[in-house]
Amino acid sequence: MAMTAANDTSVSIQDLSLNFGAVTVLETLNLDVADGEFIVLLGPSGCGKSTLLNCIAGLLDVSEGRIFIKGKNVTWEEPKDRGIGMVFQSYALYPQMTVEKNLSFGLRVAGTPREEIAKRIARAAEILQIEPLLQRKPAALSGGQRQRVAIGRALVRDVDVFLFDEPLSNLDAKLRAELRVEIKLLHRKLQNTMIYVTHDQIEAMTLADRIAVMKGGVIQQLDAPQTIYNRPVNRFVAGFLGSPAMNFVDGRLEDADGGWRFAAEDIKIPLGTYDFAKPPAPGAVTFGIRPEHVSLNSGTGWPFSIAANVEVVEPMGSDTLVWLKLAQQNFSVRVTSERTPKNDEAVTLGFDPMRASLFDTATGTRI
Amino acid sequence: MSIADITAQASVAAGARQDIAGPYGPKPRRVISRRNVFLYGTLFVMAVYYLLPLYVMIVTSLKGMPEIRLGNIFSPPLEITFEPWVKAWSTACTGLNCDGLSRGFWNSVRITVPSVLLSIAIASVNGYALANWRFKGADTFFIILIVGAFIPYQVMIYPIVIILREIGLYGSLSGLVIVHSIFGMPILTLLFRNYFASMPEELFRAARVDGAGFWGIFLRIMLPMSLPIFVVAIILQVTGIWNDFLFGVVYTRPDTYPMTVQLNNIVNSVQGVKEYNVNMAATILTGLVPLIVYFISGKLFVRGIAAGAVKG
Repeated sequence: MAMTAANDTSVSIQDLSLNFGAVTVLETLNLDVADGEFIVLLGPSGCGKSTLLNCIAGLLDVSEGRIFIKGKNVTWEEPKDRGIGMVFQSYALYPQMTVEKNLSFGLRVAGTPREEIAKRIARAAEILQIEPLLQRKPAALSGGQRQRVAIGRALVRDVDVFLFDEPLSNLDAKLRAELRVEIKLLHRKLQNTMIYVTHDQIEAMTLADRIAVMKGGVIQQLDAPQTIYNRPVNRFVAGFLGSPAMNFVDGRLEDADGGWRFAAEDIKIPLGTYDFAKPPAPGAVTFGIRPEHVSLNSGTGWPFSIAANVEVVEPMGSDTLVWLKLAQQNFSVRVTSERTPKNDEAVTLGFDPMRASLFDTATGTRI
Repeated sequence: MSIADITAQASVAAGARQDIAGPYGPKPRRVISRRNVFLYGTLFVMAVYYLLPLYVMIVTSLKGMPEIRLGNIFSPPLEITFEPWVKAWSTACTGLNCDGLSRGFWNSVRITVPSVLLSIAIASVNGYALANWRFKGADTFFIILIVGAFIPYQVMIYPIVIILREIGLYGSLSGLVIVHSIFGMPILTLLFRNYFASMPEELFRAARVDGAGFWGIFLRIMLPMSLPIFVVAIILQVTGIWNDFLFGVVYTRPDTYPMTVQLNNIVNSVQGVKEYNVNMAATILTGLVPLIVYFISGKLFVRGIAAGAVKG
């Protein structure tokens, strides 16, 4: 373990643990965030992602470990001395102050000269396009405007690291999509380090340079969005990302004469093109494949074919989800709307095993 | 089908809707229904029941003694006189002093104002610290404080007499101010703690990230948002301390008696003729301050009580 973080790391978390009494919320967590990187902490509620963010912000004391920001050990520093700005889910605007006073509050507390305050507010207001709102109170703003002001409050502090705590969760779907793009543009413009907490996988996939998928206070996987999507390290990550969710079929890994194959009841899938993460061994495994990687009635070209009957069809507008049973387990296939089969229609399935994921059924880790 | 056909059909349908007899639109309500008679009848009776004593007091205080002796306590005064009010305020005798309630009034003001300010200032900081800064032992401290709210005052009277005597404040107004501030602490702290706990915690966190400290957050963020709860606290304390009799009679001397004690001495004097009109006037005068406070701030009071009560 290096005593100080390398120069190009903006935030470095080393062996961080946090306990509330007997409950462990974060467990010996390590995370290095590069300068200018956009990291998304993704996970279900209660996984410790917001707690981790609060630790980085200095709003919670850690039980073990240390935190570096810009190469400086800030483990014992007050939030204001850490060089961070934070945006909260509920916006947390001071209701009795105008937008301008909200933006300038931190600077006024710090005793910044008046001209400097005015300059920074003008800049933030221009970037976020909230100049016409400066003299209004938060109560007179819409949800989207409030969140913009909240981002502005982090912006005027002129900090190295931005922390976002589920900033878009309180907005309706349309606004959320708009602000998501704006945050991405903001990151491109400012090139700051950003750490963003969310439970929304779309936000995570679209915004992140790297996603840290968390569960039970532990980072399960830290990788680029595409890697996490295509090569999840365990069954939890595979099931958490993707909507509709990945299909899982429990079965066995067998060493057939030609090579390895997956077998569940009468279904046999040769795994010729599958890229094993570790040397395979026969045993109980879970076979996973995303609904969009399976094709329906696409004829020959696959080294095998599986017959099944359609049970339910769910039209979703842009495409359709077809539900059927594979080895008596639910299985979904995503097809384009024009090629929707009917209920009870017999179909054949085909896919490239390269696209699949195999997990050890007992441990859940990728094979 | 053309668009004209569709509109024609729609208008036919609308016409048919109006032609059909039967309920349409808001349900009609009768003004004199059984429900209304019961409701307003009960309200009227209750109002009369509670207002009658006040009426008798006001009427009696405006009569002269000869008229009172006629015994018609409900009849309005034949001859209105304000003399009982003047006497109650400035010349009624209590013990050796014959300067009426005015002395007690100013004593009560000198007791109430500092007690209210001191107790609210301390309790609001207490509540803020308990709600937002979870310091070590905060829960224990809070439990002790709450237990304090359940101990009857009477058990503490004598120990406090001894404490005040030892620190040399027994019989002085400042001694009584301290006693009132201490006894207001449990309920006021609870009130403020619950109010501050109901505020979004992210607001507090945002202020910390912005660099504000303990006092900065309290004075610049929390205080401007807590007018309703301060009004509630002020009303509780003003009425409580103004109406207090027990502490007033125990911890002060005759020349520093609060208004309530003096009122008691006027009304309950055993020698001489009972001057009912003066007694009534004196009682109304004494109750006037809490009444005025309540009428001015009643709306805020209800709002604040609700705000403080929702989350604990």
